[in-house]
Amino acid sequence: MLLDTASQIALTTRKLTLAYDGNVIIRGLDLAIAKGQVTALVGPNGCGKSTLLRGMAQLLKPKTGTVYLEGDAIAKLPAKTLAKRLGILPQSPSAPEGLTVRELVAQGRYPHQNWLQQWSQEDERQVDQAIATTDLYEFANRPLDTLSGGQRQRAWIAMALAQDTETLLLDEPTTYLDLAHQLEVLDLLHELNVNQGKTIVMVLHDLNQACRYANEIISLRSGQVHAQGKPEEVMTEQLVREVFGLDSRIIPDPVVGTPLCVPISQVRSRKS
Amino acid sequence: MASQSNPPGELNEFESPGVGGDRRKPWISIRPRQPRISFRVDRRVPLVLAVLSAIALVSLVLNVSLGEYPVPLWDAVKTIFGLSDNPDYVLVINSLRLPRALVALMVGAGLAVAGTISQAIAQNPLAAPSIIGINSGASLVAIIFLVVFPTADVTWLPVAAFLGAAAMALAIYCLAWIGSSSPIRLILVGIGLTAMTGAISSILITFGRIANVSQALVWLTGSVYGRTWQHLLPLLPWLVIFIPLSMVLARNLDALNLGDNLANGLGSRVEWTRGVLLLCTVALAGSSVATAGTVGFVGLMAPHLARQLVGPSHAGLIPVAALVGACLVEVSDLAGRILFAPTELPCGVITAIIGAPYFLWLLYRNR
Repeated sequence: MLLDTASQIALTTRKLTLAYDGNVIIRGLDLAIAKGQVTALVGPNGCGKSTLLRGMAQLLKPKTGTVYLEGDAIAKLPAKTLAKRLGILPQSPSAPEGLTVRELVAQGRYPHQNWLQQWSQEDERQVDQAIATTDLYEFANRPLDTLSGGQRQRAWIAMALAQDTETLLLDEPTTYLDLAHQLEVLDLLHELNVNQGKTIVMVLHDLNQACRYANEIISLRSGQVHAQGKPEEVMTEQLVREVFGLDSRIIPDPVVGTPLCVPISQVRSRKS
Repeated sequence: MASQSNPPGELNEFESPGVGGDRRKPWISIRPRQPRISFRVDRRVPLVLAVLSAIALVSLVLNVSLGEYPVPLWDAVKTIFGLSDNPDYVLVINSLRLPRALVALMVGAGLAVAGTISQAIAQNPLAAPSIIGINSGASLVAIIFLVVFPTADVTWLPVAAFLGAAAMALAIYCLAWIGSSSPIRLILVGIGLTAMTGAISSILITFGRIANVSQALVWLTGSVYGRTWQHLLPLLPWLVIFIPLSMVLARNLDALNLGDNLANGLGSRVEWTRGVLLLCTVALAGSSVATAGTVGFVGLMAPHLARQLVGPSHAGLIPVAALVGACLVEVSDLAGRILFAPTELPCGVITAIIGAPYFLWLLYRNR
């Protein structure tokens, strides 16, 4: 049974406990994340979504427990080997002043390089491809700080693409973007998943975007998995109440038919 | 050609070169068949290096030819290459002025590369080697050396200053370590310890004997006055080892510059590389400060000027910054010697006169 499903599982955590300076955020978590799917981590502030993402990318060493990437314990993989298989884009990353898009994207090739081979043909090709995929051709030689928020976020995603990993973890890739740019970034991630078969795991704040773009939703509450499954199955009024402490109505998204959460405000109700 | 590697279908859309979609690669890729290596540098680097080298050479020649005993330019060049039979020229240039001028170049290069690394490690464009305690550590030890033990042999001053710098950097690194190092903790602990050593230095200067104190003050300002081959030779190996080492680590500097999380995510061993790079900074800045005293602002200014010339990628930035630093100190020394001749100003005064307004402009621009 485990062998059968192993090929379809990208990331597994076993009894994973993550802590910052002794403050345990995630305790004894068992989780499996499907391969080749888009998975969204949702939950209230401080529930441990970002911490979990960091733990799964080895940015945070577990107190106890293990994270497996397609069966391999990531703690045992050399840093560069892991970086060739799993990429992570932290929340609101920052680049040095004057760095151009192309130079930033080129840095994604780091794990594929060594002291002698610092810039191979393949590096060049992957960077060109990442820039083409993210539609940044026009801005390739522009400094990052001269771009709009959405373009900048696409540049960061292009860097992660140049890293050429099968699995991509993103921490709130839509933060600080306006609505149009949020959709632009999510559409891009969706295409990467569909066209290139990449496994995408992202932390999202917007439940409706999570429902629309993710194949699977994992809702977290105080460091524990509260629910995991297809958006249609897990996104219920009960879940929103239990996870966020908020009453809501769930209706079908009039555009794509996925669940749409309409929160009910205590103060501002119908025709008041 | 660059255009061949462009994805098909994208070409027509951005046909006009230079406007928005500049199709030219901003870098030059170098991939010889033998040895099988590959690397890239910014397109602007070769020309900038050539121009800076020319400036450095011209200012070097001017520095050895001008002065109280002027030597014609062409004779100065001939003397440097051992083609002069005028014994006065040989003495004035090869024994007195040339080692001093070369020390100026080397100190400038060392401080500039140290500054470049510091700024990347601290992820802060306003950082300088002084933030990891190089200047304060070296200064305190030098003041103790000159003021408290005035009878000690001065040839040991560079060694003592270097040890002071290294000890201070180590202390800051250890105090900033809480399970891991962090740029912001390094800066804060650095500021704290610098204030403490600065206080001790002030006490020593206030209560020391005036003759010893004035000697210490000249050292603190930074000067290459009277530096000889005996000063130059001990400095050389530090630069020859650690400037190339930092260039080899350029990609790691680029990664660290994106922040610890991203660097880790890219597979860079952050703590290890940061440790090695800090060692490079201590070695370069420590040996430079030990040789010429705390020549100010070079480690701050040179990386900035270099970034404006060739952008922030370290493969090209490090050699360019090294030459910018070399030119800065060489020209400052030259200016200090001839502006108010026969009175000489230490080169550190000139770099400070240029550097302080530059620093303020940087702060203003960074808001």
